[in-house]
Amino acid sequence: MTLTNYLVLSAILFSLGATTVLLRRNAIIVFMGVELMLNASNLALVTFSRMHGNLTGQVLAFFVMVVAAAEVVVGLAVIIAIFRTRKSASVDDVNLLKS
Amino acid sequence: MHTLTAFAAALHTVPAAAIGPAGNTDLPGAGVYALAPALIVVPLLSAAVLLLLGRRTDRWGHWLGVLASGASFVAAAVVFLAMLGRPSDQRVIDINLGDWINAGAFDLHAGIRVDPLSMTFVLLVTFVGTLIHVYSVAYMEHDTDRRRFFAYLNLFVAAMLTLVLANSYLLLFFGWEGVGLASYLLIGFWNHNTPYAVAAKKAFVANRVGDVGLVIALGLMFSHFGGVDFATVLNAKPSEGVATAIGLMLLLAACGKSAQFPLQSWLGDAMAGPTPVSALIHAATMVTAGVYLIVRSAPIFNAAPTAQLVVVVVGAITLLFGAIVGCAKDDIKKALAASTMSQIGYMILAAGLGPIGYVFAIFHLVTHGFFKAGMFLGAGSVMHGMDDQVDMRNFGGLGRYMKITYFTFMAGWLAILGIPPFSGYFSKDKIIEAAFVPQHGEDWRAWVFGGVALIGAGITAFYMSRLFFMTFEGQKRWSKKRDGGDQHPHEAPRLMTWPMIVLAFGSVFAGMILASGSRFVDWLEPVTGHTEGDPVLPTWVLIALTLGAVVVGLVLAWRRYAISTVPVVPPVGTLLTRAARVDLYQDSVNNGLLVEPGKHLTRSLVYADRAGVDGTVVGISRLPVGVGEVTRKIQTGFVRSYAASMLVGLVVLVVVVLAVQS
Repeated sequence: MTLTNYLVLSAILFSLGATTVLLRRNAIIVFMGVELMLNASNLALVTFSRMHGNLTGQVLAFFVMVVAAAEVVVGLAVIIAIFRTRKSASVDDVNLLKS
Repeated sequence: MHTLTAFAAALHTVPAAAIGPAGNTDLPGAGVYALAPALIVVPLLSAAVLLLLGRRTDRWGHWLGVLASGASFVAAAVVFLAMLGRPSDQRVIDINLGDWINAGAFDLHAGIRVDPLSMTFVLLVTFVGTLIHVYSVAYMEHDTDRRRFFAYLNLFVAAMLTLVLANSYLLLFFGWEGVGLASYLLIGFWNHNTPYAVAAKKAFVANRVGDVGLVIALGLMFSHFGGVDFATVLNAKPSEGVATAIGLMLLLAACGKSAQFPLQSWLGDAMAGPTPVSALIHAATMVTAGVYLIVRSAPIFNAAPTAQLVVVVVGAITLLFGAIVGCAKDDIKKALAASTMSQIGYMILAAGLGPIGYVFAIFHLVTHGFFKAGMFLGAGSVMHGMDDQVDMRNFGGLGRYMKITYFTFMAGWLAILGIPPFSGYFSKDKIIEAAFVPQHGEDWRAWVFGGVALIGAGITAFYMSRLFFMTFEGQKRWSKKRDGGDQHPHEAPRLMTWPMIVLAFGSVFAGMILASGSRFVDWLEPVTGHTEGDPVLPTWVLIALTLGAVVVGLVLAWRRYAISTVPVVPPVGTLLTRAARVDLYQDSVNNGLLVEPGKHLTRSLVYADRAGVDGTVVGISRLPVGVGEVTRKIQTGFVRSYAASMLVGLVVLVVVVLAVQS
């Protein structure tokens, strides 16, 4: 079991997350995809930390978690606000900027 | 405002030593000259008070105006008496009012020059001005804006006095513009009437054309003499070329201000102003400023025979032009305006003759100031009695109803005809004599210009008699009043008749008094110089010829307009009559030569601006718009497509980085 496997897993998870974001319409699911991508990158960071033998990657992973937590708070609030006004959680309905 | 404070400050600070050249101060009446700045300041302050306090001064504002003008006259009289007490070679006094413009090589002091020439004007302006102020109190009684009218009149008096008292061409220019402004404001006094506002604008624009000449002359003086004050310019010995250039530019300025050919078209329309304005500004004073300018610049014109010839030609043309137009006009004020133009033509002609004519130009200016102002006031009185009717074909027989107007007008009429011993005889006859003197040994000039002046006298007699007979003699041809009632001509109130009576006395006696013992010549000679010459014909022959021409004109007018019936509807008339009725097509010529090409020029400029300048700018602005039009299609508004493009971008970025690194 080499460290490379972790990186492959991370890449798979990231691709899954990205696919979710691009293909699903439900905002909550899209959000989950974003979280998956963030966690995939966390995994990669931790692996790199292990490879290089220093803690920089680990520290950065913590930062990502903090930012992700903040993002969840704001993002969910936005989704709920949009749902209340437009009665929909589909990201395709949120296209006001176009006109 | 700056000038006002400068004057006011100078009023308090002029020490005796600042007056005149050193050593003059022990002469009699030196201190009196400190009054000279007050001449300008008093009416200026009065105008400021009337304009700034506005309606609050409505009840007494007109009397303040009269008082200010009267005070100026009294001060002028005091200064005049002090001047008479001096020997004739020490009557030029320069009063320094302090530094005005100090810019490098150009150092100009604001100053006043009191000398016989400027005093002549000051006395005329303040005396006639005060009489007309008094007249206006009654004439403008029913106008709600009477106070504003007096403010403008006072402004005019202040500006006119600045013009004649200035001791540099720049300060003169200041006054020159001031009278132009006052004239504009007063012609357009009833500017709610569109044609009147247009007439005011026309006068202003025509005057601007002349002003360009004065500005160029100022520039030439500065570049060639290094200064624009009289002391520098008039004592410089200019080469003939420079003198000719400056002289022609000054003539252009004079043509604009004095309504001389080819800039004369505004004067007839200027009659849109209230009649006292026509009397004061467009007959007695402002329009003669051009004559003043030429006589004041005598040393320049003396050095430029070509410019002098042009001056004489302009004067001669205008003299005939005005006289011919005057014969056809039915509007009493416009006929008088044409006459003013023609009489100023006489003055300009005399001024162009050189030292032989300067004195008589000013002499005629003074007598003309009296009789023409008197006749304008008479015309105002007729309008007052006839419900503001101005068409002489609807007058007739008014002499029996307005005795005072009749006799005062008669005095002015006989004076302008040049019947001895009325004042016009002494001044106009002298000009005709001077015109008959060969200039520079060329006899043709004497015959041509003398002949024109002589014929002009005959035509003058015809059209002035026509005016007089159509108005005061013959049968009644009165129209209805504007409200449909019958006309009841009546004499004007005393405030209006007294100024007319005083001016009538001037029309009768001024010439006699000033001419006796060559008093006027001796008075002006130290400033303008004077020479005598021998006319090509003996003097008595000339006098006889002139009087003959006058009598012929008078009798012709008598036969046509006094004893035969004057048609109420103007007859079609000859070709010349029809041309003269429309000012000899001057307006059409101006329209065709200047206005229409000007309009086309502006139109093509506007087109060039739109197509060229605007086109470039709009074209440049269209580029980003076009780019935006194309790129905005990418912005679909779908969040997922944005996310996809971010992902693709990221992948591309990573691939590029990897490719570059390896």
